[in-house]
Parts: sequence; C-alpha cells; structure tokens
Amino acid sequence: MSYQFDFSPVFDAWESLAMGAWLTIRLAAISMAIGLVVSVLLAFGKLSGIAWLRRAIDAYIELIRNTPLLVQIFFVYFGLPAIGIRLRPDTAAVVALVINAAAYTTEIIRAGIESVHRGQLEAGTALGLTRVQVFRLIVLKPAFRAVYPSITTQFNVLLLSTSIVSAIAANELTHEAEYINSITFRSFEIYIVVAVIYFAMSLGFSAIFAAMQSRLFTWPDAH
Amino acid sequence: MLRPIGIGDFIFILLAVRWTIALSLMAFLGGGVVGLGVALARVSRRRWVRSASAWFIRVIQGTPLLTQIFLVFFGAAMLGWDIGAMLAAAACLTINTAGFLGEIWRGCIEAIPAGQWQAAEALGLRRMQVLRHVVLPQAARLSIPPTVGCLVHVIKGTSLAALIGFVELSRAGQIVNNSTYDPMLVFGTVGALYFALCWPISRLSARLERRLAAG
Repeated sequence: MSYQFDFSPVFDAWESLAMGAWLTIRLAAISMAIGLVVSVLLAFGKLSGIAWLRRAIDAYIELIRNTPLLVQIFFVYFGLPAIGIRLRPDTAAVVALVINAAAYTTEIIRAGIESVHRGQLEAGTALGLTRVQVFRLIVLKPAFRAVYPSITTQFNVLLLSTSIVSAIAANELTHEAEYINSITFRSFEIYIVVAVIYFAMSLGFSAIFAAMQSRLFTWPDAH
Repeated sequence: MLRPIGIGDFIFILLAVRWTIALSLMAFLGGGVVGLGVALARVSRRRWVRSASAWFIRVIQGTPLLTQIFLVFFGAAMLGWDIGAMLAAAACLTINTAGFLGEIWRGCIEAIPAGQWQAAEALGLRRMQVLRHVVLPQAARLSIPPTVGCLVHVIKGTSLAALIGFVELSRAGQIVNNSTYDPMLVFGTVGALYFALCWPISRLSARLERRLAAG
C-alpha cells in the first residue's frame, strides 16, 4: 500500500469547511428551537383529552419515526412544489428537520409535563406563592430539569442528522466536503477531517450542555 | 425527457425493497456479532479494553452515519480497493450498528444486580462461566425490546446507501422521480414502503417492552 496522505488541500479549504460547520450548527439550533415550540403544542394537544387530536398527533409521530429522514427531506423539497409550495434548500432542510425532530421531542416534553404532580401546585399555593411563582418555580423548572438530558441528547442526534440535508444541496458541512472533494479528489483526507469536525462539535455541545446543567439546576436540588 | 409514471416504475420500486431488507439483515446480523464483542469489552476487567471500546462507541455515535459511509466508500477507492457501494454500505452499517447495539447491551449487562455475580463466583464459577451461564441469559431477556427497536434504526439507516449510488428503496425512488417527476407519488410510495417495514417492528418492540415491564 503506497497511499500518500496529503491534508494540505483540505486545510487550504478551511474557510468553506468553517462556513459549512457554522451552517450545520445554525440548522440544528434553528430546527431544535422551532421543533421544541411545536413539541410543546403537540404535547399539550396529546394531554388535552380530545380523542381525535391525540390520535392525529400519534399518527404523525409514528409516521415520522418509522420512515427515514432522507425520504422526508425528498418529500418536502421535491414533493411540496407539486402543491405550489416551493422552498429554498435551506428552508426545506429546516422544515424537514423540524418535522423530524418534533416527532421525537413531543413524547419527551409530554413526559416532562406529566412529571409535575398536582399536589405540588397545591402545596405551592398553600405556601403563599403567587400564580406566576408557582408556574415558574414549581411547574417550569422541574419540568425543564426532567426533560433537559433527553432534549440535549436529541440535539446531538439532530446535529449529526443535518448531514443528510446535503442531499438537497443545502451548503452545510457535508455538502461543502463534497464540493471540496470534487475539486481536490482528496476524499480520504476530507472525510477524516469532516468526521473530526462533527465529533468535536458533538463532544463540544455535550460539554456545554453538561456545564449548563450544573449551573441551571442548582435549585431546587436534584433528588 | 419526462414520461408518465407507469406500473413498471412501481414494480421497480417494490423490487428495490429486497435490497433494503438484504442490507438491513447484513448490518443487523454483522452488527450483532461485533456488537456483542463491544458490549463484553465495555464490561472487561482490563481498563484499556473498557476505554478503547468506550471511545469506539463515542466516535460511532458522535459522527454522522453519512460521513462514515462517505469515508469508507471514497476512502477505499483512494486506496485502490474498488469495494463497490453495496459492500461499503454494508461494512459501515455493520460497524455503526455494532456501536449502538454494544451500548444497548452494555446497559443490559450492567442492569444485572451485583449479587448475581457474587453468588455465581461464590459457587466457584470463573468469570467467563458467570457471564455465559448467569449474567448473559438474564441480560438477553432485558435486551430484546431495545434490540428489536434498533432494527428500525438500521432499516432507516440503509436509506443513506442511496447517496453513494446503491440502488435500494430510496435510490430507486430517486431514479423513478428523475425520469417521471411525480415526487409526491414516488416519495409517498417509498415512504409508505419504509413505514410498512418499520412500523410492525416498532409495535413489536413496544409490546415486548410492556410485557417485560409487567414482569
């Protein structure tokens, strides 16, 4: 075997890799933020007690969880124009990622909401807290603490999933890598570097989330 | 040149399902064998074996499957090995599945109470015997629902083989769409076929989990 590694063409293209990585982070962050808002609405929809609404939300969750993200992306990007909705690659990517992520986070949020007991609300009111204080300290914070680890794990899954939107030419990290590959033919080196960048982002976000967890949830104490 | 979508296109898509199934089975079986090794390495008494397998899992779960596939497919070609899209995809999916199953099974092994180990050792069994006769049979029972659930993850993962040109279900959909441009119908059909494969498995996994929880 006489392959000579040469990373210099890859490092020469560091600027487009950095731009790609930045778009990857933005895609994941925006999709997660919108996905969480959608999830909260869907979670309350599931807990509303309206049977048809709960069934419709369950059907959506099952449909998304049992089909590949790639097909969902193709459906949004190529399929929606057929009914008059034409989206730019970046927008189509966000729409597909939101639809995908919300199917996973809705169940997490629902469990978080259900983890707060009614008795705790009554105890808070009995202690003389205002309604806003009860909501902020007794509902929101413990529910947020309960879902935090699962949501941050989902964020890392989403971050890596964004690589799949390269299939519709959104200029995130994997798509930039394909472009550099097409002009330098240094495939091995490029995908090693790209794998290292994804891994560093994944470890970096895990570390940030862990640091935030120990700062955010100092009170009330975890049990 | 666009042409209307015909019955032949649907047969083409339907037949491509067998490649999705073949790839899934290869990855799941291969990944199961390697994954068992990874799980055992995670509970090894040797520190370096534990940390090497922990890093393996971290790297597999911390990089995109698509990047792993591109690295192996294009990388092998650079080294002069023309392994083809199918073998590249099967190899990557096997390694990837091994990472996920290894982590799932480590959890199942560690869920067995320490008392079981101590009792078996007190009876004079060696470590390997304890694993084989006492711990693994109990861990296997716990592992069935999440392992079945992992199969869904594997089937969905095979769709990425389309992006290196292997003609499985997703790639067949792309090909038909390129010549007919009826994306709603084509990707609707492709999605429905994935759903038909995955949903029964998801249901089975959920049912097994409820049964296990009920004892």
